[in-house]
Amino acid sequence: MADVTSMAALWWAVIFSGLYHGINPGMGWPLAVSAALMERKHSAMPKALAMLALGHFLAMIGILLPFSLMIVLVAWEVEIRVVAGLLVIAMGIYLLINRRHPKFLARVHPARLALWSFLAAMAHGAGLMLVPIYLGICAIGADETGHLAAQTLMNNNVTTAFLVAATHTVSMTAAGGIIAAIIYRWLGLRFLSKTWFNLDIVWALSLIAVGAFGLYAALAGH
Amino acid sequence: MNLRPDPTFHASPKLAMQAPVENYAFTVMLSPDGSQSDGIAVIDLKAGSDTYGQIVHQVIVPNKGDEFHHFGWNACSSSLSPLTGHAFLERRYLIVPGIRSSRIYVIDVKDPLKAHIHKTIEPEELFAKTGYSRPHTIHCGPEGIYVSCLGGGGADGIDGPPGIFIMDCETFEIIGRYEMDRGKQDKHYDFWWNLPQDYMVSSEWGLPPQFENGVVPEDLLSNKYGHSIHFWDLRARKNIQTMDFGDNYQMALEIRPAHDPTKSYGFCGVVVDTTNLQGAIFTWWRDDDGVWQSKKTITIDPRPEKPENLPPLLQGFEAVPPLVTDIDLSLDDKYLYVACWGLGEMHQYDVTDPMNPVLAGKVELGGIARGTNHPNGKDFAYGPQMVEISRDGKRVYWTNSLYSTWDDQFYPNDEGGQMVMADVGENGGLTLNKDFYVDFPKGLRSHQIRLEGGDCSTDSFCYPSV
Repeated sequence: MADVTSMAALWWAVIFSGLYHGINPGMGWPLAVSAALMERKHSAMPKALAMLALGHFLAMIGILLPFSLMIVLVAWEVEIRVVAGLLVIAMGIYLLINRRHPKFLARVHPARLALWSFLAAMAHGAGLMLVPIYLGICAIGADETGHLAAQTLMNNNVTTAFLVAATHTVSMTAAGGIIAAIIYRWLGLRFLSKTWFNLDIVWALSLIAVGAFGLYAALAGH
Repeated sequence: MNLRPDPTFHASPKLAMQAPVENYAFTVMLSPDGSQSDGIAVIDLKAGSDTYGQIVHQVIVPNKGDEFHHFGWNACSSSLSPLTGHAFLERRYLIVPGIRSSRIYVIDVKDPLKAHIHKTIEPEELFAKTGYSRPHTIHCGPEGIYVSCLGGGGADGIDGPPGIFIMDCETFEIIGRYEMDRGKQDKHYDFWWNLPQDYMVSSEWGLPPQFENGVVPEDLLSNKYGHSIHFWDLRARKNIQTMDFGDNYQMALEIRPAHDPTKSYGFCGVVVDTTNLQGAIFTWWRDDDGVWQSKKTITIDPRPEKPENLPPLLQGFEAVPPLVTDIDLSLDDKYLYVACWGLGEMHQYDVTDPMNPVLAGKVELGGIARGTNHPNGKDFAYGPQMVEISRDGKRVYWTNSLYSTWDDQFYPNDEGGQMVMADVGENGGLTLNKDFYVDFPKGLRSHQIRLEGGDCSTDSFCYPSV
């Protein structure tokens, strides 16, 4: 029963992290607004959002997949989760110290939204934020199914990685899309700068918090 | 770093027009012979203020001989670019280059009345890091602050081509050269861009030996000044097309793209057509095939004049050339202001149809062999030159000096620095405001004006006016 509850909590964490990434202008919703306005047609917005989602999804899966392959080494599960947690904390501390925003993002052509979204997610460690949550889900999954063959376990983990990345991306796109649509259709551009908050510090602290959670979960057994 | 975007950053030109009006102007003060230090004058523009139209603070630099000319902001509305996601810079610093010394000052104007020097970049650092000299136009852009330079390396600035370098917008460290493939570009002057459409346009004045000691008549008459503009793939840093207006269109200077980023056109002012002494404005645009085109859409005729009334340089021509030395476009892309520094006129064109500009207003002030007085009865040295428009488009400010050595050639008997303002009528038209007349301290001339919170030749917008 406890496992079912923690499992549900972890999936909610996947959804919430998506919503959180979605409202962060650094993950691209202003691009969806500008695409619709520049092309002067409504259909440009869903297209832009889809491109942003694709890039974000690839960045998530690009980070999660290597971990899904690694945790086949069941014997090393705790160590892997500890290292993952430390890695996420390190990224958070790095972003906290290095407050300069990544300039290379400005060098991406404005029309290459998927590439931009992929790079933005990578530069901000957006994928890393999911790792401890994902490893938690895998650990509970492994307990529930007992000790399966390594191959099956890996398949399960890969499927879970895709599910986590997809769920996260859908909720991210929904959150960003809603803000973009409201500004585009009703509020107008004046609210673009009004809804734009500096999330840099909060973002870095979130990474540290998620990493710390990962450490705790690994050492406490889940 | 702020928690919210700077309130002077605006998503679209339309939002910038609706923003609160300007409270202060920052205007360059320069010592023409280097006998005094140059500086930035802070001028009170608050209607009803006791010190309205007066210099309320001065930032005087410690060096002499810098010759201030153009300058710009560390950050502008381009920070709201959706590609950055970090709109939290402050519009706080003015980047002020010395066009003669190649020294660059960063001036903190957070509190305009206490404006002070924040950082100085010595010329040696600029030479070492870029190989360029004589820094000029400043624009805040995607990767930092872009600065165009009129000179290359060496004492005369002719060792290698001039170009643009990039500076960090927070630390003001010089990062390095912009260009990866400059194509035919071998001279420089102004540049501006359209950020969402990812293009840049640059222009040409001449190499340092062609301007530092005054205009070189032989070079002008043999059409050796710049007459081309260059179109760049902004992010690829590549010259994609060079457009030659024709040899006789000497000195293609100010580049003014439409402010609305959905539009793919703009204007360029040409100082003088050497075949007939006319001033000219070209409209440039991108056609359906993606090729840049241009057409001469405004010509301004010279005025015949008796040789004895003319400076020696012009006596042989028996005419006063208009000398289109600056142009500026209002934020709604409706009015183009054209300074005719020789004639002593400021023209206002309705460019709603950019291919068919219509003269909508005109003011006479100063001018070669005419010297029209200001409506307040005072003298105006030289002619209308650097022009800046308020964000709402209702007030147009301008100063009078072109460039120290050129002032002395075209107006050998004049001296002084003045800044004036004209009110724009509801349906166009231009009237000089009697109550606004800034006389600069003795021995100092004036050049570019920047308005607190941004103006019509600084901010680049990333979203259309809808």
